[in-house]
Amino acid sequence: MTRVAEFSVDRIQLLDAAGVLVGDSPDVARDRNRVIDMYRWMVLTRAFDARAIALQRTGRLGTYASSLGQEAVAVGLADAMERDDVLLPSFREHGAQLRRGVTMNELLLYWGGDERGSDFSGARHDFPCCIPVGSHAPHAAGVGLAIQLRGEPWVAVCVFGDGATSKGDVYEAMNISGAWTLPVVFVASNNEWSISVPRSAQTACETLAQKAVASGFEGVQVDGNDVFAVREVANRALEKARSGGGPTLIEALTYRLGDHTTVDDASRYRDDEEVGRHWKQEPVARLRAFLTTTHEWTREDEETMIESCHAEVEAAVEEYLATESQPVESIFDYLHEKLPSAYAGQRGMALGEEGDR
Amino acid sequence: MNPASADPGSTDTGMNMVEAINHALTSAMVADDSIVLLGEDIGINGGVFRATDGLQARFGKDRVRDTPLSEALIAGLPVGLAAMGFRPVAEIQFMGFIYPAIDQIVNHASRLRTRTRGRLTCPMVLRAPFGGGIHAPEHHSESMEAMFAHIPGIRVVIPSSPARAYGLLLAAIANPDPVIFLEPKRLYRARREPVTDDGRPLPMDHCFKLREGSDITLVSWGAMLKETIEAADMLAGEGVEAEVIDVATLKPLDMSTILDSVGKTGRCVIIHEAPLTGGFGAEIAARLACEGLMQLLAPVERVAGWDTVMPLPRLETRYLPNVERVLAAARRTASYS
Repeated sequence: MTRVAEFSVDRIQLLDAAGVLVGDSPDVARDRNRVIDMYRWMVLTRAFDARAIALQRTGRLGTYASSLGQEAVAVGLADAMERDDVLLPSFREHGAQLRRGVTMNELLLYWGGDERGSDFSGARHDFPCCIPVGSHAPHAAGVGLAIQLRGEPWVAVCVFGDGATSKGDVYEAMNISGAWTLPVVFVASNNEWSISVPRSAQTACETLAQKAVASGFEGVQVDGNDVFAVREVANRALEKARSGGGPTLIEALTYRLGDHTTVDDASRYRDDEEVGRHWKQEPVARLRAFLTTTHEWTREDEETMIESCHAEVEAAVEEYLATESQPVESIFDYLHEKLPSAYAGQRGMALGEEGDR
Repeated sequence: MNPASADPGSTDTGMNMVEAINHALTSAMVADDSIVLLGEDIGINGGVFRATDGLQARFGKDRVRDTPLSEALIAGLPVGLAAMGFRPVAEIQFMGFIYPAIDQIVNHASRLRTRTRGRLTCPMVLRAPFGGGIHAPEHHSESMEAMFAHIPGIRVVIPSSPARAYGLLLAAIANPDPVIFLEPKRLYRARREPVTDDGRPLPMDHCFKLREGSDITLVSWGAMLKETIEAADMLAGEGVEAEVIDVATLKPLDMSTILDSVGKTGRCVIIHEAPLTGGFGAEIAARLACEGLMQLLAPVERVAGWDTVMPLPRLETRYLPNVERVLAAARRTASYS
């Protein structure tokens, strides 16, 4: 017998659950302002999340997918990305979208049922969030191919959940990205639950990261509640992709502290004890502890920041609630570049005009 | 499937449909660097029907790319490419393998412009050979165009001759929105005709009137136009002048050309190879009932494939509508009073 291939998967953690640095200290951890900046994006994301749920509960927002507990994956990843990289998010990456210039008003418009929420004023090349799980992975390969054909130094960054790693289109996208050495970073944000199906029931693999092995490139695990580690691992993967080294799959280990969406009730399938255990690992408190012990972060600093985040969220909510719906003809006017004359009659009928179809 | 290689086409000897498609792709790629071809075996092999024969040698491996067997990817990757400013033309080897790609068409390609309010768009073409009549293996002969015609936000185009394949494919590639371009493989090598390789598109969203007549309107598309025109010629011998309409673009449907014709003839038979129930003929018949009822002198008839699983080659000629079935329906309709 000859052994023809061997594989291993590494896990990286830089900041433990208590907020203490373990192993090599990343440069960014020594830069107080940079740490505060990342912390603020995480706090803002959480404040946004709480307000979005409250809006849904009071009938002013549609079904909403909370990112509670997963803020470090989104913010650490977006922090490592360049402006001209292209983000292809799933539906739980609010923090990454905000960090890249999507406004809170736009996110609220989207989840409130208005297509203008995906016409981002910033991050113009980023894709809108993808609802059919994992079906955006082939788009990331296409974006990567476009970048490669133009010889540009940018990277397509595709984020999906653990549930998506069971899907064929995710494998097809990873497979071609490996075969063509495309500049793509795949991020599996493993929050342990695919609605009600736990990670352990989804696959016999020990890690999701090893799914990269079958596509011929590196898969790595990172503590997804450790923003330093996420940023560091993302940086490495992005630099590899930029320099022609091809794709990486990052499995970020995190936990969905909330329900799947506002129409889910997670108490039907998981117990409080499990959730309570994961609250001890969550990313925001962890970074706050680090800031407190290392960068003299005070209670006053904390209160000031929370207040300013809430004010920012409230301003966005006001703007969102004051935004009128688009007129009905908009559902026709963006269907094609120019509306085919075959649909002119229907457009008129939607406007309440008389006439045949 | 390994059909014989295409003859080199030229305007002198005319072109068959495969050659016309090859020339349209060539013409478009010469004119526009952003066009990238993708599909299974389309590179050195030139596609199993040779539609992309010689294109990789001419335009290079970057622009003519062999993909793995990966249909969701073949439809999904172009969405990313197109959103970034390229114009991908992807080939699904046979329509029977297109179903994993439908998710990408319905959920992404067709709605990217709408859902981003025009920020991102999807100028892609998905080509696929379809239909029966070449004694192909199982899963290679179905006609499922109505499934695509039901999807908002895309165009569905089906050529019925080499010249229309050439001009409509150029139009599809130039279009800023996604187009499903279905090629009746029974017509790939059925006949040659002069095609001017001048890079000029034909209009989409537009029916073509292939034959003038005042007694009955025969509406069809794709491969069935062969039988339809044969039937029209035989009807002429019986003193019935049939107008023959090639729908060509199923979606969006140019109903006004059909209504104009039926307004003149008062009688209509719709002919398609796809199964009867829920077929695209049902849409045309419904529109005639809604918008042309007062002009009708006879019930609208449909001649279609049976509502059965497409049989394997031994029985496929018993499945496909033939000239006799078209004639019988046309005679009933023409003589109805």
